[in-house]
Formats: sequence, C-alpha cells, structure tokens
Amino acid sequence: MRLAPATFVAGTAASRRRLGDVRVKNVTLAHGGGGKAMKDLIDDVFIRAFEDGSGAPLEDQASFDLAALAQHGDRLAFTTDSFVVDPLFFPGGDIGKLAVCGTVNDLAVGGAVPLYLACAAILEEGVPIELLRRVARSMAETAREAGVRIVTGDTKVVSRGACDKLFLTTTGVGVIARGVDLSIANARVGDVILVNGVLGDHGAAILGARGEMMLESPIESDCAALHGLIRDLLAAAPGTRALRDATRGGVATVLNELAEASGVAIEIDDERTPLRREVRGFCEILGLDPLYLANEGKLVAVVPEPQLGAALAALRAHPLGRDAVAIGAVCEGEAGRVTMRTFTGGTRIVDMLVGEQLPRIC
Amino acid sequence: MKYVDEYRDREKAETLTRAIAALVDSIPRAGGRPLQIMEVCGGHTHSIFRYGIEGVLPKQLELVHGPGCPVCVLPRGRIDDCIAIASRPEVILASFGDAVRVPGSSLSLLGAKADGADVRMVYSPMDALALARQNPKREVVFFGIGFETTMPSTALTILAAEAEGIRNFSVFCNHITIAPTIKAILDSPDLQLDGFLGPGHVAMVVGTAPFEFVATHYRRPLVVAGFEPLDVLQSLWMVLKQIKDGRAEVENQYARIAADGGNGPALRAVAAVYELREFFEWRGLGSIDHSGVRLRDAYARFDAERKFALPNVTIADPLSCQCGEVLKGVIKPWQCKVFGTSCTPAVPLGALMVSSEGACAAYYQYGGLNRKTRARSA
Repeated sequence: MRLAPATFVAGTAASRRRLGDVRVKNVTLAHGGGGKAMKDLIDDVFIRAFEDGSGAPLEDQASFDLAALAQHGDRLAFTTDSFVVDPLFFPGGDIGKLAVCGTVNDLAVGGAVPLYLACAAILEEGVPIELLRRVARSMAETAREAGVRIVTGDTKVVSRGACDKLFLTTTGVGVIARGVDLSIANARVGDVILVNGVLGDHGAAILGARGEMMLESPIESDCAALHGLIRDLLAAAPGTRALRDATRGGVATVLNELAEASGVAIEIDDERTPLRREVRGFCEILGLDPLYLANEGKLVAVVPEPQLGAALAALRAHPLGRDAVAIGAVCEGEAGRVTMRTFTGGTRIVDMLVGEQLPRIC
Repeated sequence: MKYVDEYRDREKAETLTRAIAALVDSIPRAGGRPLQIMEVCGGHTHSIFRYGIEGVLPKQLELVHGPGCPVCVLPRGRIDDCIAIASRPEVILASFGDAVRVPGSSLSLLGAKADGADVRMVYSPMDALALARQNPKREVVFFGIGFETTMPSTALTILAAEAEGIRNFSVFCNHITIAPTIKAILDSPDLQLDGFLGPGHVAMVVGTAPFEFVATHYRRPLVVAGFEPLDVLQSLWMVLKQIKDGRAEVENQYARIAADGGNGPALRAVAAVYELREFFEWRGLGSIDHSGVRLRDAYARFDAERKFALPNVTIADPLSCQCGEVLKGVIKPWQCKVFGTSCTPAVPLGALMVSSEGACAAYYQYGGLNRKTRARSA
C-alpha cells in the first residue's frame, strides 16, 4: 500500500479541470494508491462537496494572504482534533458535522474567529463510497453554516480491520482579535461559572445510538458550532475570563482543569445543573453521572460577577444558548478542588474521571 | 422526573436530618462512642457519597460501609480464572461493566482485552445469550457476579438457554449471598455496630425473612432501605428510632419495591439452578461458609468451571491491604496504610478501591472533604 500524500487544495484557480468520478461502490486499496483511482475519489467525494464542483488544480498546500488574516486580529490560533466516533451517523449529527464543529469550537473557545480547516481522512477498505459522499456533504454544509472553508486535506486507505470504517482529523486556523485574552488560568475567586444549556446530550445520544444498552433513546446530539454564540458573549461580557467546550470528560473534567490551572476552588450546585429529562433518565437507569458525559455544543464560561447579567442575556438571546444558566462559582478553598452542593445540603467532591465511566451493576 | 424527584426533595431532606440529629442527641451512648450504622449494600454507599449525606449527619453518628459491593469482594484468584477463560481463542467473555476493571494477580479483564481477549460489556445476561446466538462457532461465557439481586437473571438466562438448546453458552458463576456475610461480621469480636441498613434490592428478591436473625439472634435493628437519598435518610431515622425505643426488629422502608415475601418466580429460578457452595472466598474477608452458589449438576453443561480447565489458584490479598478491617467498620478507609498512596482508583490494590460502590473508591472520589474535616476534628 502506498501512503503517498494526496492533497486537494481549493482556492481561486485560474484554470478549471474536469473532476473525476468513482464508478465502483466501495473503497478499495487502489483508492489509496496515489494514482487515478485516488484522484477520482478525492474529486468525486471531497472536492465536489467542498468546492461546489469547481475544478481548481491540486496543490500540496493551501496558502493565505497574511495581510488579510491580520485584519481579523493580532494572533493566529491553530488546533487539531481527530474523530473516531462510532456509529458514524447518530441522532443529531454524524462524524463529518462533528469534525467541523469540534475544531471550530476549539478555535472559538480561545476567542479566535475560525477561518480555515484542513481535513485528513483515513478510510477502511470496503467502506461504501456513498457513505463517504454523505459525510463529505455534511462537512461541507456544516462548514458553510459556520463560515469556515475546508481548504486542504489528505486521504489514506488502510486494509480491512486496520481502522473502523472512517477516521477524520480536522485542523483549524483562526485569528484572535486584539485585546481578547481567554485562558483557563484566568479564573478568580468570585467569578461565576456558566453553561449555555442542558448537559450530556452528545454522550447519551452516542451511547444510545450504539444500541448496546438495548434502550430506545430519543436523545439527539447537541453537536453545533459555537463561534457565533461566543462572539455574542464576548461582545456583551468582554471581561470573560475563560471558555472551554465541555467535550470528552464532560463539564466535570473542564471544571477540574479550570480549578487546577487557575489555582482556585470551584463549587457548583446540583440543583442548578441543567439536564434534559431524557438524559437524566438515561443516566439514572445506567448509573452514569451526566457531569462526565460528553457534549459537542456546550461550553463552560467563567465570567466576572459584575458581567453575569450581560453574559447570561447575550447567551440566552442566541439559539444555542437559550437554556444558559449559572451553575456555580469560583470560591476560596483548596486550589484545584471542585465540589458540588447537593439538595441534602451536603457537599461532595467532583473529581476527574479515572478511566471510562463504567456502568454499575446494582 | 417521576419516581426520582419525590425522593430528592430538599425540604423533606432537611426535616429528616433534623429529626435524625434530635434522635441521636436523645440516645445515651456508652463512653461517648459514636453510634455506628452499617449500610450493607454498595448501592447505599454510592448514594451516601454522591449526595453528600455524611456531611449533613451529626458527628455522633457514623456510617460504616459494608461488604455489599459484589465487584469489590471478588477475590483475585477468581479474576485470574476469568481471565484464563477469556484468553481462550474460541471464547467471547461477556461481563457487567464495572467488573472489567477489577485487578487479578497481574491483570484485569480490561488489560486482558487490550492483550487480545474478546471481552464484551453487557447489561444483562440475556445480552450474553444473544451473543451466543449470533456467534454459533464461538463459546460465549457470562461472568456471573452479584448477590441475590442479579442471581435470578443469570438463572433465568440459563433456563432460557436450556429451553432453546443453546450449547455454546456458559456461566462463570461467582454469585454470592449476603446473609452469611452479615453473620460473619456480627460474629467478629471487634464489632461495634449498632444497627444496619439492609440491602433493598437483595430483599426485593429474597424478602425480609432472611435478615430476621440480625434482630432475633444478634439484637440489632435492621431496616431494608431504598437507594434514593431520602430513602437512606428515612431508613437511618428508622434504625435510630428502634435504638431509642430499645427495639431490635427487621423493618422495611423499601416496601414500594421489596415485598416482605420477596419475588416468587425469581426465588424459584434461583432454587432450580443453583446450590450453595460449602464456602466461598471473599476478598478482604477470607473464606465464608455457605456464602456462594454454583450451578446444580442438572445444569453442568452451562457451568464454565466444568467446561474449561481453570488454574483455580487462591491468591492472598496484598499484606498491606486492610480491606477486611474497613469492611468490618474497624477502621475508616482513610486510616488504611495504603489509602490514596499505593492504592488509588486508577491502580487499585484492594477490593474497596475498585468499583464506585466500594467504600474506599467512594471516599477517594467524593469524600475528601469529610475525610479532611473529620480527621482534623478526630
């Protein structure tokens, strides 16, 4: 198997070329061979989806005008993330939408305006071409809605069993506006902890969609690009100290990272933690703690108390923040400690998860 | 949410904690020793920690976290046996989720999985039977663990496998029974326990009668308790009320789920499929007579212990491990020599650090606050 890089580059091309088509049903090792089959696959699946059928010549890299980038701010933000979700399609999204939103969000929580994405795809021999087309269309649609462009990429094909159908890696570039300073080390005693809505939807949706739990779950993933919401939040509450998207490990993990990086204690309130009824039921049945369930469209925001009202109003005015709520506060106490006040009046520690959440048996 | 929110009501919790504090104050205590109530079941331990219940109880009332976490008390030799089965190329080993992390002498099932064993997590033994149907050329072995709570579902699965004539399914039976272990704890010379929260989900199957000996023979109150935080608080109040009144009875707080007479069909399936073992090894507690069950001869072909050659080696607990003393309430988890140092949830040395229902893991994960404040005041 030849693992030569195959790069599709979009841009304003002077010359147009005819895009290739794939005529077979499934991916074969030939599609990774670097020859015509590979070029056809890239044209048919990715170029056609990302560039609306324009036939720009293929270069090995995308290039940007630095002066144009500098109009957005004074710092470049750069991030990467891999996506191996199983199943590839789930209620509320698919691996393509996830791969775009995930990287857009990683840029946005740093205060960056997301601009460009690269996408690398590892395909397992035998994967249906039509499945790839669906994923690529989903990526393209999500990117269009998010106002980012997928400008370069790569595909590899591996033998059956060497990966699980399709793995994606997206890398993103954005620009941080002058004056924006977000860091998880910024939280201070007295700050308020906000979330933009109900927690745990993505984790519950994926567990439900896998079908292993034999539960019919109507829960949809919350997968969404958050940069618009973040832009509104930062405009209304410019003193915002830190933002994090609460993906793997959930809100509990983000809070622990915040408390540790900032050297503060955090206390949240069990009764103010927003959960969808279905997710709560799901967790009750399976013995899972929703605080550790993954989200793909939820952020944790740390804002100074005087800007709480403005921050909440801005979040709630946006469709992705209607259920925004303050769940706790940064407080005096042992640095790095996250606690939760429960309805009994008692308190417990909210620690980092040791491994994966394992369901309890009785 | 129905059937959940009713049991998590702030005002009711406050009323109950006030009533508990008043009762504790009114009970004379020999030598100023705190009252000790053991919650037998790991489900209670989890609930107590998750809702911070210890923090709202008076200092003169101590909860002792009992042996009722079936994952925790599984000895290392049995895990090694299970890994030996799972490592056979023809075997698919199906296990409940929290059993896969329990360390054997060198590996856990999760480690064996990483080394190539086909280990699948299931929620029900019936899921394991479905695996057997889907994989007729493989041997599917269900890792049967748990008290009477999970015993009937394993038994019914074996009966279903027999009725369907499924040959490639067996059970590695590690089911245990709680009453002999409560008795062993009550017979312990260093015992100080004043009362018990009884295991609600075991009682759902067996009823309340198997616990009568606690009241009649040992003169200790026992209240069969539910698992929601208000259940736990109300049950504590009921135990304390008995102590105050000088009564020792078995009462049932969890009557909405656990009928006094138990569950007839479940008990019949259990009686049909299992027989008592002479003894069974418990991690941290040693060998306890008549505390485990195995499959009857009539179901020998579903018995993984007879189907596969097993190493069957008894492996002693590490010397530094004090799980037994914690289980009996003689010491608190944080008083163990290795707590939080060479024994943590990431690398558990002792059984109680393994499952989130284990007392040590619960203290480690949720209880640090109490631990610190109580250690300071002690």
